[in-house]
Amino acid sequence: MEPLSTFEIITRILVQLSPVWISLILLYTMSIAFKRRLGLYGKLFDSPIGMIGFGLVMFWVFTGVYGAMDMIVTHPDVLAQVSGMKNKVPGTPMRGAEEGEYAWYLLGGDNLARDVFSRLIKGAWEVIKIAPLAAIFAFMVGITLGLPAGYFGGKLDTLLSFLANLILAFPVILLFYLLVTPEIVATGVPNYMAIVLFVFPIIFLAVLLNSRFHTRPKLRTPLLIGVLGFATWMYLQLVSSGGYLIKTPEYYIPGLPKVLDFFDIDSGLLVVFVSVVFVNSPTVFRIVRGLTMDIKTRDYVAAAQTRGEGSWYIMLWEILPNARGPLIVDFCLRIGYTTILLGTLGFFGLGLAPESPDWGSTINDGRKLLSIYLHPALPPALALLSLVLGLNLLADGLREESLKD
Amino acid sequence: MGPFILRRTAVMIVTALCLTFIVFFLTNLYPNLEKLAKTQGNFRMSDEAVASWLDKNGYAQPTFVKYGQWLGVVPGWTRTSEDGVTGRCMLGTVTAEQAAQAPSFCGIIQGDWGYSTVFRDDVSQIVSKRLGMTGALMFWVLIVMVPSALLIGVLAGMREGSVTDRSLSTVSILTTATPEYVSGVIFIAVFTSSTVGLKWFKGTATSATAKMPSDYSIAFMPEWFEAFWFRVAVAPTFENFFLPVLTISLYGMGYISRMTRASMTEVMTAQYIRTARLKGVSFYNVVVKHALRNALIAPFTVIMLQFPWLLNGVVIVETLFNYKGFGWVLVQAASNNDIELLLAVSVVSVVVVLVTQLISDIGYVYLNPRIRIT
Repeated sequence: MEPLSTFEIITRILVQLSPVWISLILLYTMSIAFKRRLGLYGKLFDSPIGMIGFGLVMFWVFTGVYGAMDMIVTHPDVLAQVSGMKNKVPGTPMRGAEEGEYAWYLLGGDNLARDVFSRLIKGAWEVIKIAPLAAIFAFMVGITLGLPAGYFGGKLDTLLSFLANLILAFPVILLFYLLVTPEIVATGVPNYMAIVLFVFPIIFLAVLLNSRFHTRPKLRTPLLIGVLGFATWMYLQLVSSGGYLIKTPEYYIPGLPKVLDFFDIDSGLLVVFVSVVFVNSPTVFRIVRGLTMDIKTRDYVAAAQTRGEGSWYIMLWEILPNARGPLIVDFCLRIGYTTILLGTLGFFGLGLAPESPDWGSTINDGRKLLSIYLHPALPPALALLSLVLGLNLLADGLREESLKD
Repeated sequence: MGPFILRRTAVMIVTALCLTFIVFFLTNLYPNLEKLAKTQGNFRMSDEAVASWLDKNGYAQPTFVKYGQWLGVVPGWTRTSEDGVTGRCMLGTVTAEQAAQAPSFCGIIQGDWGYSTVFRDDVSQIVSKRLGMTGALMFWVLIVMVPSALLIGVLAGMREGSVTDRSLSTVSILTTATPEYVSGVIFIAVFTSSTVGLKWFKGTATSATAKMPSDYSIAFMPEWFEAFWFRVAVAPTFENFFLPVLTISLYGMGYISRMTRASMTEVMTAQYIRTARLKGVSFYNVVVKHALRNALIAPFTVIMLQFPWLLNGVVIVETLFNYKGFGWVLVQAASNNDIELLLAVSVVSVVVVLVTQLISDIGYVYLNPRIRIT
């Protein structure tokens, strides 16, 4: 078979991505048609910058999701090495392609003769699955601690701010090197951190619901039991693996029995997740604290205080909703920053398995032969760039639109 | 001002102590020590051999005691055996008489930063040498980054919403969205590879760390200036230094210029600018003489606070361009669990972060007379 020309490669990639295009077109037509009824999300479609950013982000979200469902990738087994495809340029026909197999390496082969295009798509899923979730957890931790620090002030604020500054003064890379090594994983330190950090969403939910409904015990009690029961179950599934919370050669702490544990997080992934949340939460804390200190002087807070509302009700139902604008904007930026951090971890070969298709690791693999072969390293680099750019543009669009109110 | 600086310095010392203790604790966890023993001894050591090696080299003591010894507030350990005396403050095995003469305290308070197990050299030697290399890099980064960031910010913020503003803001968003390992890879691919064929620059900066030749001298100049000049201007050439410098500067540049733009647009809407315009002062004079001074207060803080982030970039860029500076030492120390080197690296970086925070606070007060410290 002949190698593909540049035009053919581009056409074939566009065709491979067709589910993504269809979804994007559907999403945009629906959103633009109903944009007046969609609140802040609808207003996004008034700003060209926001639309471009949202488009880039959703492109990678769809690509990641469909890629994980094997709808886009040409060679679903991203670890498969095909002989004779090592460092081959984009569009090389696959040697000995069997019936039903995709006959080309659209973006060439890397130094282990694996398909660059398929790894790129699978790598998108790695990012899409970790980054937003890590940002959500960082926000939960930051909000749960930042609201009381800003609202009560005093000793609590001094202590929490000191701790936040302590983490912020740490060079991120040093922290990663200290936390994300197999030796540290063996001591169980990341598991302890996971146990502490993942409690915050439960505390947040509990306080949120209790402060709202505590005057109606008949609704509150079943609601809290239901929500917290489920959340605790999820939490225990998350932090315990194989029936143990922590398992080191010397000692162990038993956790959820295996019967009730439906998913296990790979220990490498858990440590990456924990350290990314850990690095991000102090910044969120500082933002929330600053916003709270600003908003607590407003009249409606004074009115709620005069009505005799509890402190937590005021924090979560009066202050937090009014701080949502800057927080949503920062949330977008934080997902972008998390993506960069994940890439950094991959770039230094920390945490994720070396053969993992995530973009940072792929860039790291590809950079060693960069002066001769460009195609293994450039696609993930450009992909990461476009996703983070999209998130930044989206944040900018949202900021512009929320300022117009 | 005096009490403020004193209080900040006290907080700074407490922070540095806490952080070094965290590093100390993490590097002294048993699996890490085991790895250290195996790399220093041999990889096939049994568990008993590891334990006895750790005991022999003073690693088996409680963490707090070891931390105290490292700080220099607890006397260093000594151990007498048949061959002679070994100890924290002695190099190798010495006789009892020599041991009696060795100082009993040797921690960072006494100026002893310890001994690197990877490089087999004094930590202070390694760190100061590599800091010099990174200093040269940072010197050029600041020269490239700060003026261009301020220029972009001022030009964009001068007329809000204009075409210049829109295009320059897009450029700054683009640079903040490009982490160093992405822009570095793209630059290497475009400007140094044989595939694209431009080959304008070198893909490594190794030659910029060249040793100063002994006969190098500049007429009428003191020695320290010669060393400085060699490091920043002779060894680094445009060919081997431009790409690393550009890679680090671009990422920080976007953020600084966006802050400058925000502060500039705010100043440009102020009453006194309108008054100046209505008096008939030319637009150029309004910007340069009236607006600029006030608009540059906020970016000053941002630039100072950018230093900790630059350290991140330095580690990535030094790895990518194979430049053996401070970031490279950090990676080497961390991946080999070289405890004392790693501690020295973290002390230096933490001090850099905290000192820049202090300077930015003090500078902010000096630049902005409206703020008074309570």
